[in-house]
Amino acid sequence: MFYRESGQLKSSYIADQAMFPIAQDRWFVIGVLAVAFLVAPFFINEYWANAILLPFLVYALAALGLNILTGYCGQVSLGTGAFMAVGAYASFKLVGFFPELNFLIVLALSGVVTAAVGMIFGLPSLRIKGFYLAVATLAAQFFLVWMFNKVGWFYDYNLTGMITVRPIDFFGIRITGPEATPAAKYLFTLTVVAVLALSAKNIVRGRIGREWMAIRDMDIAAELIGIRPLQAKLSAFAVSSFYVGVAGALYFAVYLGSVEPVEAFDINQSFYVLFIIIIGGLGSVLGAFLGAAFIVLVPILLKNIMVGGMGFDSGMAGHVEILLMGLLIIFFLIVEPHGLARLWQIAKEKLRLWPFPH
Amino acid sequence: MNLRKLTGAAVAAVLALPMFASGANAYELVLPTLDYRTGPYAPNGIPVANGYTDYLTMLNERDGGINGVKIKHVDCETGYNTKKGVECYEKVKNTPPSGALAIQPLSTGITYQLIPKAAVDEIPIFSMGYGRTSAANGKVFPWVFNFPATYWSQATALVQYIADQEGGFDALKGKKIYLVYHNSAYGKEPIRTLEAMAEKFGYEFRGLPVDHPGQEQKATWLQIRKEKPDWVLMWGWGVMNQVAIKEAASIRYPMDHFIGVWWSGSENDVMPAGDAADGYLSGAFHAPGGGFPVHDDIRKYVYDKGLGKGDRDRIGEVLYNRGMVGAMWTTEAIRKAMEIHGTKEVTGKHVRDGFEALNVDEARLEELGLGGFTYPVKITCANHEGPGKVAVQQWDAKAKQWNIVSKFYEPLRDVTGPLIEADSAAYAAENNVTPRDC
Repeated sequence: MFYRESGQLKSSYIADQAMFPIAQDRWFVIGVLAVAFLVAPFFINEYWANAILLPFLVYALAALGLNILTGYCGQVSLGTGAFMAVGAYASFKLVGFFPELNFLIVLALSGVVTAAVGMIFGLPSLRIKGFYLAVATLAAQFFLVWMFNKVGWFYDYNLTGMITVRPIDFFGIRITGPEATPAAKYLFTLTVVAVLALSAKNIVRGRIGREWMAIRDMDIAAELIGIRPLQAKLSAFAVSSFYVGVAGALYFAVYLGSVEPVEAFDINQSFYVLFIIIIGGLGSVLGAFLGAAFIVLVPILLKNIMVGGMGFDSGMAGHVEILLMGLLIIFFLIVEPHGLARLWQIAKEKLRLWPFPH
Repeated sequence: MNLRKLTGAAVAAVLALPMFASGANAYELVLPTLDYRTGPYAPNGIPVANGYTDYLTMLNERDGGINGVKIKHVDCETGYNTKKGVECYEKVKNTPPSGALAIQPLSTGITYQLIPKAAVDEIPIFSMGYGRTSAANGKVFPWVFNFPATYWSQATALVQYIADQEGGFDALKGKKIYLVYHNSAYGKEPIRTLEAMAEKFGYEFRGLPVDHPGQEQKATWLQIRKEKPDWVLMWGWGVMNQVAIKEAASIRYPMDHFIGVWWSGSENDVMPAGDAADGYLSGAFHAPGGGFPVHDDIRKYVYDKGLGKGDRDRIGEVLYNRGMVGAMWTTEAIRKAMEIHGTKEVTGKHVRDGFEALNVDEARLEELGLGGFTYPVKITCANHEGPGKVAVQQWDAKAKQWNIVSKFYEPLRDVTGPLIEADSAAYAAENNVTPRDC
């Protein structure tokens, strides 16, 4: 009744090729963005920013990056944690070298550095596929994290091997460190994530995205119709790593403020992001956000319900939370093996027919 | 979608709850802890948390809190994970009515995370014997306290112990001292000091990293077996400790030449290796055992009433005592804050002053039922480390108990002093901190 396209006639190519061709979708996205940009900043406190929204946004961005590579181009990667580390260390060094540089440029450069590193580690993808490629990216994971922990130059030869962000101002507003207001951190991250997510949405439905999907669906067929695998695969690695690198820089500079390479960027981090896109839905921009919401926010929700609401002992709640998360993941994968994004799509199709399904 | 509605309702319920829950009217002293009862560090995290909590419960039950003001203990599970630590910190820091009065992060990684926040949120950090060593310099780190001793002081104490066994500092020349460390900020802390002393005393130093969580140490101990260092030091935590001691036993490394940091010397760490762990050494700044009057009070007022957090027969384990002594110093700081500011409704800001004026001497320890348990601690504006003294304790596998086997060593301040000065100056420069005059 409320969600139907009938009557929405398109009279121009521009209208037909719009990012969100259905008016309801468009208004929904605009509505979400409006609330996120115009309403949320007035209500946000430090708990909501530092514990909930920043990790959600950062992980959504990282998942978006991995989704480009794995979901759209079909190249499995277990190196996400390491690529996030590259972004984080690049931003750390860049801020160290050029303290006056605008932080957006730092972020972009960190992304570019990560893209370069990602392309190097993406080279094996031209010869190997599937699980074998996963093992090659695993090498990136272990090598890069080891290197950041071992080579003193990366962490400015400090005592502990941790990198800590310097106070950074963005057009006069502090966005890193404890003096930054929650709203400033949140808005900055949200802007970056929103812009990159909309660009991703555009990339994947354009020529490049279609090349990636062709490679994903059948690489030999794609080659036969004239898609160059070298270009397609490496561009997927580059764009994906760019996103992951920016996510890593935000993760370090805005969200955590100081990181330890082994803990913050270890193999679990790679799996974590991989789970986000599997739960959220491979090959879907929305899926990255839904998956991040599920994996990042549900544990916090469960914990708050159990400890705050039901008076569980915190250690007990910790164990039950691990258990429940496992059950929920299995439940959602059984209900919809293609992830939450697919669930959303089914819901939309049902809505189209509602209230007369037959 | 029913599920979505349900989740929405749950979110609303959870958000609304704290508002109703805080209906109590009396002022309470909020002391949060960031615990870990899950994950690979739980074997060590649990006893520390139990000791801390039980001591606070005991004060509430026996004395009605501190000077009659009840303590409200809030715990939060971090799993020794920095991200969860951040979530926990944000969650507990504004707990009504007083807000967090002091934070014990119980993790070097989380401590580093919180150090810059402390000044902004006005909550003192008490990283008791861990965290950033150079926070000992109270001029640069007014909000951070790491007494009674830092990792660097401990490194110098352990080297002094080694020198005593070998027959003086001159005998250290040409000796090989290796460090098996948790490959993180925590494990790397002592390296600079050990290197500085290697230069000074002429021993050969080498660090062998063990990655989180520390179960994989075969290669490390193979190397030790091959290169036969004279002494092995260890900066380990959690499962890593047990594995290291078992591995050391399996290559028949002499246990009385293997010294752990004070976080690597509790019953949980040595028990799994059985009799083979006999003679293993570790640092200590307080006594082991549950025979002090304060333990009797804990049994009487906490466990007899069924309020205890852990098992009754594990009272007095090394890490239990560690948590307990941490609670003691924190509550003494609050007492001091009440005295200085003449109010019972203290805030984090007041408690910081309390920490800075803390003076727990022999007589006070005796009053607290802790006579001879640890050494007197006096904090000043410039020195947040306090005395920095460290003893060595040894595991007796037959009697299943730890015994202190050395004197309390004074740290070699000529070694640590310049290092602390340099590191805190670097922090001050990076973060635009102007050191206070003390």
